[in-house]
Amino acid sequence: MFIFLLSFPPGKTRLAKWYMQFDDDEKQKLIEEVHAVVTVRDAKHTNFVEFRNFKIIYRRYAGLYFCICVDVTDNNLAYLEAIHNFVEVLNEYFHNVCELDLVFNFYKVYTVVDEMFLAGEIRETSQTKVLKQLLMLQSLE
Amino acid sequence: MPAVSKGDGMRGLAVFISDIRNCKSKEAEVKRINKELANIRSKFKGDKALDGYSKKKYVCKLLFIFLLGHDIDFGHMEAVNLLSSNKYTEKQIGYLFISVLVNSNSELIRLINNAIKNDLASRNPTFMNLALHCIANVGSREMAEAFASDIPRILVAGDTMDSVKQSAALCLLRLNRTSPDLVPMGEWTARVVHLLNDQHLGVVTAATSLITTLAQKSPDDFKTSVSLAVARLSRIVTSASIDLQDYTYYFVAAPWLSVKLLRLLQCYPPPEDASLRSRLTECLETILNKAQEPPKSKKVQHSNAKNAVLFEAIALIIHHDSEPNLLVRACNQLGQFLQHRETNLRYLALESMCTLASSEFSHEAVKTHIETVISALKTERDVSVRQRAVDLLYAMCDRSNSKQIVAEMLSYLETADYSIREEIVLKVAILAEKYAVDYTWYVDTILNLIRIAGDYVSEEVWYRVIQIVINRDDVQGYAAKTVFEALQAPACHENLVKVGGYILGEFGNLIAGDPRSSPLVQFNLLHSKFHLCSVPTRALLLSAYIKFINLFPEVKGTIQDVLRSDSQLRNADVELQQRAVEYLRLSCIASTDILATVLEEMPPFPERESSILAKLKKKKGSSKLPDMDDSRKNVNGNTEHAEDAEVASKTPQFLLEELISTDRPHPSSSATMLPTRTMVPSHTFTDNLNVNSAPSSGASLLVDVFSDFSSAAPTESSDEHFPRFVCKNNGVIYENQLLQIGLKSEYRQNLGRMYVFYGNKTSTQFQSFSTSVSSNDVLCSQLNVQEKPVDPLIEAGAQVQQILNIECVSDFSDTPVLNIQFRYGGTLQNIAVKLPVMLNKFFQPTEMMSQDFFQRWKQLGAPQQEVQKIFKAKNQMDTDVTKAKLLGFGVALLDGVDPNPANFVGAGIIHTKTTQVGCLLRLEPNAQAQMYRLTLRTSKESVSQRLCELLSEQF
Repeated sequence: MFIFLLSFPPGKTRLAKWYMQFDDDEKQKLIEEVHAVVTVRDAKHTNFVEFRNFKIIYRRYAGLYFCICVDVTDNNLAYLEAIHNFVEVLNEYFHNVCELDLVFNFYKVYTVVDEMFLAGEIRETSQTKVLKQLLMLQSLE
Repeated sequence: MPAVSKGDGMRGLAVFISDIRNCKSKEAEVKRINKELANIRSKFKGDKALDGYSKKKYVCKLLFIFLLGHDIDFGHMEAVNLLSSNKYTEKQIGYLFISVLVNSNSELIRLINNAIKNDLASRNPTFMNLALHCIANVGSREMAEAFASDIPRILVAGDTMDSVKQSAALCLLRLNRTSPDLVPMGEWTARVVHLLNDQHLGVVTAATSLITTLAQKSPDDFKTSVSLAVARLSRIVTSASIDLQDYTYYFVAAPWLSVKLLRLLQCYPPPEDASLRSRLTECLETILNKAQEPPKSKKVQHSNAKNAVLFEAIALIIHHDSEPNLLVRACNQLGQFLQHRETNLRYLALESMCTLASSEFSHEAVKTHIETVISALKTERDVSVRQRAVDLLYAMCDRSNSKQIVAEMLSYLETADYSIREEIVLKVAILAEKYAVDYTWYVDTILNLIRIAGDYVSEEVWYRVIQIVINRDDVQGYAAKTVFEALQAPACHENLVKVGGYILGEFGNLIAGDPRSSPLVQFNLLHSKFHLCSVPTRALLLSAYIKFINLFPEVKGTIQDVLRSDSQLRNADVELQQRAVEYLRLSCIASTDILATVLEEMPPFPERESSILAKLKKKKGSSKLPDMDDSRKNVNGNTEHAEDAEVASKTPQFLLEELISTDRPHPSSSATMLPTRTMVPSHTFTDNLNVNSAPSSGASLLVDVFSDFSSAAPTESSDEHFPRFVCKNNGVIYENQLLQIGLKSEYRQNLGRMYVFYGNKTSTQFQSFSTSVSSNDVLCSQLNVQEKPVDPLIEAGAQVQQILNIECVSDFSDTPVLNIQFRYGGTLQNIAVKLPVMLNKFFQPTEMMSQDFFQRWKQLGAPQQEVQKIFKAKNQMDTDVTKAKLLGFGVALLDGVDPNPANFVGAGIIHTKTTQVGCLLRLEPNAQAQMYRLTLRTSKESVSQRLCELLSEQF
């Protein structure tokens, strides 16, 4: 995985994780391009789209797009479900997550991402384990 | 502002975020932010020391402002201070700020690294994880230098907590990607492999990713992971869905871990150990069986998770390409998905089947789905699915179905999305050429392409049709007739005018006997298009006209009138004007004989691999079109080349003699048939008589296009290290001041895999880094080298890896060349390195008894089967070195066979896709004379020759 993006139309990026070196201009350009590629797609389309030398696996939840940019040989469905697994964790953690939770607690969302994905790889897939860890961290001062 | 609440709820931050959200305009937002920045700045500069909470809050606000897209130029120091707090929430914000806003400010890096060091040593798992996540997120070289040796220790230490192990594994993976040279390998590798046995599946998940990455780079070091991965996978797939509790996702046991294990196994060939192999086969069968079971849930999550594993299992089956039964089952399973209601599954099935089509075991099974795929082309709503359908049709195409597939693609082209038209055009052009039994079909197809999608027909495509028509005299008359008819259409594409002009100029005489296409009719038809065309096409037409003057003296007057008109002789375009002047002059003063010589029919083009293929590969990125082009040749028995050879032998030879030494005549960049730049007035006319010789301008596009790589002169090429690789597989093959290229290779039977490591030795990034492997025509059919994509950027000091998959189709003696291109600073660097893929790499050693050896030696007694060479020793004659070299060469050394113990006797089998060649060799050193006598006997002359050549250079 190279990039992990979470954004609302029109292009407001809520969270971006970069697992490859890009400079700031390139990052901005990538965000815009990913957004342009993904948002024009219809709900009946696949959740995968080729992008530069990569492919984007994405899923839309209400107005929120979760996009993961992976190598073309990576497993599409595994990453698609990794997104859903992540969303289920957010939902549990924030008790019916909504956009505002993610805006006001942006710094916690980073922690959730790091618990589940690290160095562009899947780190932990068990929702029970991730939530247990998050609650433990929550209890710390 | 005093602390308003306990814990990490930062009220000030929430208020600020609300304010920003309530801003009605961009200006208001900027104003609010500037106010906040001023406030934070004054707090940081103030005399009063800030408490941890306030520092955390302000740093967090700065981070928020940065994430909104504003520059932040202060606060780094405060963030670094937070790192040494002993409160989790403060530390976390500090690390987050550092991770998001890294910069290589050297003072800060030292402070940050110091804080990380303390946290790593803290034995507090929460703090250790924060530190590890920071390293993994930043991944900078400085951090690699500081921590690359600590992390493996943390990873394998017995008392490390599971969650820390997970982070450490992935942290190490990141550092290995960014600074592989700094991550020491060694004693910990075995213990890392054993993490696959860990009880905690989260640890196994993270470790599998790490091991996969490391195994890709040095497969030998991680070979033992295969058996552990198979065992683990087997336990997962046979478990009941409740066994793995936390790791069961919608009734699927550990789907992500299964996928990762299956990917790890794709780093290796099928296990050689029979019981391991059958255990793996059982796993794969179980996964395939599960796909047939009724779903345990109607939720899409269930089917996605299950199918994620299934697709990865199929990928492994294809990678092994050794179990026909599994390949066919995989194909049938994918066939079911082709009609599934989930678009995702249809898409993935098409994609996966594309690779199955290139396996000889499943090619036929894939072909049975042709109707479904064609209907997908017509009915799918998502263009990317249609694109996959096109890819699959292309991959499954062979002689038996090429007419149908080409026809379907052509009809799809009429309505195809603009974004994929060019690619379809290329594919149709390639298939039409490759499977043309009768070249009239080929000509029709290409003209149809131009008619339907003229704008998308690139130069390569129409150059190629001309090249083929010129080279095949059986199709020239038909081509002339067909273009003549096509040109009758009131509106035809300019590309058609180009092809028409060229072909009629060469072969118009073949249809001139018919009064309906008499010379004058042909000329008028072409000239009626002239004024609608662009300059390059007009230039081409002018050349066609002068060719007409030679072919048809009866229209000379008409054409001269046209050339003489002001619109030509005084054309504002200098190229057109020059042509008109020179052609007119040529037609006036040259005798018929001279004209006939100057304007002679173009000689055949040398047969080369189609450049269209190269273009398609480039367009798609080599990964997308794996080996289908090459492997297909094998499936269908490579008849194309035989035909080419036949053509070559039929073509007149008289021109070749003198022309081969110079460049071949090709249409120049403006697509003329005649070189014009050489005909500058200062030259005497006789100098230019031989217009069929090369244009000196060198701007001949066709040369460039068709010669692929051979004409591009690399600035640097090297093969000095090459001979060393005959007897070994790993090492540095090339090095200059900028770049080091290392190789690791492994071979098994007729297949090989080479890991190429490109190391940037400079402190500047390499950009636009790209590579290609080129082989000459002969080698192309003997050896397939498929490149995996390589990262276009190589950071300063970093190393990237590329995988080459190699398949030996038949024995060969040439060498593929690895061409590397990248931008360093402002300049483009070209490097060409001979790839050390030699025939002996496909040796499998064979042990045999003395009796067997002599029996076989006698069987191979025909004079052409034996090659012998006597040569002087270049190095010191040392028995152990010689032994090592022979073993490295790939043969088994047979002791006690030769009556003279000083001699060496070896045996092995060369595996190629088409045949296996048994080889026996004998090396007799003569220490006194410092000479060797090497004798090779194989069943194939060319193999004996090549092996002798390779080996005799080694001593």
